[in-house]
Amino acid sequence: MSDQLYQDRIVTLAKAKTGAGKLAAPTKSARRDNPLCGDRVTIDVRLDGQGRIAEIAHQVRGCLLCQASASALSSVAVGRDAAGIAVVRHDAERAVGREAGEAAEPFAAFAPVAAHKSRQECVLLPFEALKDALS
Amino acid sequence: MSFDVAAVRGQFPILSQIIDGRPLHYLDNGASAQVPNAVLDAVRKYETTQRANVVRGVHALAERATEAYEDARAEVATFLSVQANEIVFTGGCTAAINLVAYSYGSLLKSGDRILLSELEHHSNIVPWQLLRSRSGIELDVLPVTEDGRIDVSALPRLLTPRTRLISLAHVSNVTGASLDVKTVVAAARAVGAKVMLDGAQRAPHGPLDLPSLGIDFYAFAGHKTYGPNGIGVLWARPELLEAMPPFHGGGSMIGRVTFAETTWAPPPRRFEAGTPPIGQAIGLGAACLWMRGIDWAAAHAHEMSLTQRVMDGLQKIDGTWLLGPASLQARYPVVSFTLEGVHTHDVAQVLDSFGVAVRAGHHCAQPLIDHFDIDGTTRISIAPYNDHGDIDALLTGVRHAAKTLR
Repeated sequence: MSDQLYQDRIVTLAKAKTGAGKLAAPTKSARRDNPLCGDRVTIDVRLDGQGRIAEIAHQVRGCLLCQASASALSSVAVGRDAAGIAVVRHDAERAVGREAGEAAEPFAAFAPVAAHKSRQECVLLPFEALKDALS
Repeated sequence: MSFDVAAVRGQFPILSQIIDGRPLHYLDNGASAQVPNAVLDAVRKYETTQRANVVRGVHALAERATEAYEDARAEVATFLSVQANEIVFTGGCTAAINLVAYSYGSLLKSGDRILLSELEHHSNIVPWQLLRSRSGIELDVLPVTEDGRIDVSALPRLLTPRTRLISLAHVSNVTGASLDVKTVVAAARAVGAKVMLDGAQRAPHGPLDLPSLGIDFYAFAGHKTYGPNGIGVLWARPELLEAMPPFHGGGSMIGRVTFAETTWAPPPRRFEAGTPPIGQAIGLGAACLWMRGIDWAAAHAHEMSLTQRVMDGLQKIDGTWLLGPASLQARYPVVSFTLEGVHTHDVAQVLDSFGVAVRAGHHCAQPLIDHFDIDGTTRISIAPYNDHGDIDALLTGVRHAAKTLR
């Protein structure tokens, strides 16, 4: 049932645009495309001396789910290193039903996507871009 | 002019489905059209009374299968106003273009040129890029106009004495624009180039008279023309087919095989290696026969009146931008649009919740999407079985998306 997909929490995350934009002097950047739907995410990060994210920004040329996910990810990314981001990704995977268990906030908002397999990549694309940026 | 849309619609069992409590409004015909009972019956008849391999068998079923397969070829030929031995069955429209790119392409030399356009489907771009890497041919690209047509005024500038082939979409799968074939053919003849049309979006809208177009190759897909998946058609002038080497090797396409030398069967068999998609070909033959039974003057008028209804309705919604010609004369019933502030996939997803099936994204035409500097479009593609109810549900859904997602 698609009409349950665009619930207020997802729309609110997307409209919040947390972290939207570019960094003036990123330590690393990465861009990921989804060749199936054309979504594109570019992520800039500034890292501290220990490889932790000090600052993050994203540009999303994609759907509302991708925008909401990038916004949610940006809201929890600062202070985390690659391992910390991998932990957060499990929450997104749980939310969309790819892993068992309860998803922590803010990713629990993506629970309606579990019923839409073709849209799950939209939620995960920002994670892929950030993974590349941190690798 | 009257067109009994209910009578046509009634022949497509899938359209009466209720999905998630809502009637189905299928407006994704440009991706895949639905199949009428006539096609389902023909495929079922083959599978239940004729199923066997074609050509080589001598038993009763093999005879029946071969006859049905060749009858299907004749039906396709009649649909295109050409001869049956000029029809090659392929795995699809993409496969047909790849066949030409490989086989006709092998006759080309380094430095020869092929002219495409900026609005082509990837299936009419990538096979030529593969040929370019194999043989050193060069590609030229016709630009598009701001209203999404191939800009044929650029032909004199882009055609050269080394241009061997112009390969273009007969109808754009994104903008719905119809090609000015006459101008293209005249320009091609002036430099001795061949012309191939990708007819994937044109063939679903009625029979064609290919000889009157003056072209050399034509390709279309079964599944977009109310037929099965896994079948497509290549038509080519017989002298071209005769000159072209095989694409795939295997059974059926040979004259005689020895380890020293193998000779080829004459066309079209030369290009149908192995067991062909027999049931699919028979289904496509039935689809062509079904299409010939439609009053296309009335059906086309109906399709275009729905197209006008879509265009008028979308233009009344704040923030919509329509691609493609404003005039119905220059287009077929494919309408693409963007909705400011809402991504195309979100529009399509909301439409799905209204029971409306459309396509969203780049439509396998990324160079065109890049040209317009957009993320993609939402595309409505209309068939004769669509009605006012389908269009009204679409417009209701787009208005809902505009209201709730921005």
